[in-house]
Amino acid sequence: MSHYEAPVRKPLITGDKVYKDVTEDIVRPIEGRANKKWWIVFSIALVAFLWGLGCIIYTVSTGIGTWGLNNTIEWAWDITNFVWWVGIGHAGTLISAVLLLFRQRWRMAINRSAEAMTIFAVVQAGLFPIIHMGRPWLAYWVLPIPNQFGSLWVNFNSPLLWDVFAISTYLSVSLVFWYTGLLPDFAMIRDRAKKPFQKHIYSILSFGWSGKMKDWQRFEEVSLVLAGLATPLVLSVHTIVSFDFATSVVPGWHSTIFPPYFVAGAIFSGFAMVQTLLIIMRKVSNLENYITINHIELMNKVILVTGGIVGVAYITEFFIAWYTGSPYENYTYLSFGEATGAYWWAFWALILCNMIVPLTLWVKKFRRNIIWTFIVSIIINIGMWFERFDIIVLDLNKGRTPSSWAMFSPTFVDVGIFVGTIGFFFVLFLLYSRSFPVIAQAEVKSILKLSGDRYKKMREQYGDDVQLYSLPEQQPLPDFEKLIEELEEKNEEVKNEQGELIEALLLKIGQASNENADDLKRLSGVSPTLENKLNQLGIYTYQQISKMSDKEFNILNRLIDAFPTSKSKFWSGEANILNQI
Amino acid sequence: MSVYTLQALYADDDHLVKAVKETRNKEHHISEIYTPFPVHGLDKAAGLKETRIAIAAFLYGLVGFGVAVWMMNFMMIEDWPRNIGGKPSFTFFQNVPAFVPIMFELTVFFAAHLMVITFYMRSKIWPFKEAENPDPRTTDDHFVMEVEADKDNIQKVAEFLHSTGAKEVDLKR
Repeated sequence: MSHYEAPVRKPLITGDKVYKDVTEDIVRPIEGRANKKWWIVFSIALVAFLWGLGCIIYTVSTGIGTWGLNNTIEWAWDITNFVWWVGIGHAGTLISAVLLLFRQRWRMAINRSAEAMTIFAVVQAGLFPIIHMGRPWLAYWVLPIPNQFGSLWVNFNSPLLWDVFAISTYLSVSLVFWYTGLLPDFAMIRDRAKKPFQKHIYSILSFGWSGKMKDWQRFEEVSLVLAGLATPLVLSVHTIVSFDFATSVVPGWHSTIFPPYFVAGAIFSGFAMVQTLLIIMRKVSNLENYITINHIELMNKVILVTGGIVGVAYITEFFIAWYTGSPYENYTYLSFGEATGAYWWAFWALILCNMIVPLTLWVKKFRRNIIWTFIVSIIINIGMWFERFDIIVLDLNKGRTPSSWAMFSPTFVDVGIFVGTIGFFFVLFLLYSRSFPVIAQAEVKSILKLSGDRYKKMREQYGDDVQLYSLPEQQPLPDFEKLIEELEEKNEEVKNEQGELIEALLLKIGQASNENADDLKRLSGVSPTLENKLNQLGIYTYQQISKMSDKEFNILNRLIDAFPTSKSKFWSGEANILNQI
Repeated sequence: MSVYTLQALYADDDHLVKAVKETRNKEHHISEIYTPFPVHGLDKAAGLKETRIAIAAFLYGLVGFGVAVWMMNFMMIEDWPRNIGGKPSFTFFQNVPAFVPIMFELTVFFAAHLMVITFYMRSKIWPFKEAENPDPRTTDDHFVMEVEADKDNIQKVAEFLHSTGAKEVDLKR
């Protein structure tokens, strides 16, 4: 079988790796101990998280008045942060799903961490609407459940409710997608683990994954279908988030450009966050051979494309404001102006961070420069936060009545909760990076012969049909006759033991034969196969069953595979009744 | 006549696929193959039928869609119609544009989750399930093919497996 890949494609796995090396490299951070740097970063993140938690408790116990909101700007940091986090949460599923559908193999090195990032980011996003409810313990009111108000249902016309459905579907589907992919990797750690505790934990986490061929076939099909479902889901979620604004009548929000613009912006910021995280992680966990400079360049290209879309959207808004002559649009963008108004600095921060700086990535040298990429990714994260801030605060702060004009200034609680979510995010990600396989090893192994530099070199040297393995040193065949004898002896012992058990059982409940057999299928939980098995043991009648107690059922449980213990407790009663009919 | 299972261990996926093809040509029965990663072309080589889980997912999606339509029709049109922002709630048909997002979300929700649950059930994987792979190396970089053989045949089949280049051949106990 040939693993042909065009030689012009650069290897995705460098460092002359074979399958065993992939395993070793990926479990190293999990099996090793955390170093001092990890603990320092973790402590900082934890402190930030705890500060945020304090601010959340303060908000909930005192009220939303602790935030800097006012009558004009009744939505600010909370919704900005919400949209920002949801946006970051998009690249994960995009990398996994869209790139899987397009069969982009470079996704395999980064999809696991990107999906983890997705889940952790959506968790942060979900916090904000819940805190903003003021009474978070009533959050379940957003669910369509019968209630004490005569079943006054939730309002399905509201985009905020669409959000509830969209975000929860997105979070749960992403979680399942991520977890299913993790099963074989947990199984790998389970089978390597030496400490019993570790083995036990990973054994539970791996759901007893054994890598059977049918399981793998289903696994691949499930991944593909989930990708097919998740791709429109990603687009729908941020579309619906944009509907929160677009379906309102506020000038600047009421805009058909919002859904595509939000989606592109989300992917843009999501990839930036992936870059930020992975550039650090590949260094800390020594994964430079899997997340190569080529991966970074490819991600930079996606950033360039989506950044371009976002830039065009900005320009379009201004162009349309001028071209349509709509007084509302004109008011928002031109005469009072985002660019020249009181918040000019926020607007220009956005343009600088999201439009100007990413343009440097057109230059190949910058695209392949890791430090510059890292800086750009941070700048984009900042820029995308400003984008949401601009949309929300700038469009609200100057309404049509000058008497209601207002500025927004955040309190320490606003800042605290935001910083807290960043801390929480990093706490989760740091824990993940030490306990989860951060690269989908099964997938990487499946493309190793295709894209590993070791095998690419072999093909280059010896032609495309070269045999890519060497024959192993063979162990001599064991003595099968002896093995079979042992096995049969063991089976004999088990049989003898079973025979004794059956004998004892029948002594208690009495003999019966096929001639006076009852229909045991009428007992609860008895299938034709189970009836057959019971008959083989010599159990035929209701009378026999009615004499059984827990002790006998325990014996049956030992003798019969998948014996329905939960049902059998009813049998003696049932058999008694059936016997009397 | 009792049937025994032989386990042949390979150290490479290409080698395994080659051995699987040879074994099938000799008309030995392969009962299971354990691999550490999805081996491309193995299901065809081993003669597995295609999985129908995608069809199941489609049906689950239809269920989700149906649930969404029923739910919103009952809650917004039949049980307690409300006029919200002038969006007409007199008939389902008039109100349906506002229902599209949730119809889509619930379709995806049902299709994805029920499909994954089906996968777990059919493949018998769940928390606290004991793993069944015969050798811990099969989740790392080794591959095990299990071949069934009669008692009389066992030496012959084992020798055949040895001749395919298996690293180890053992009897399943």
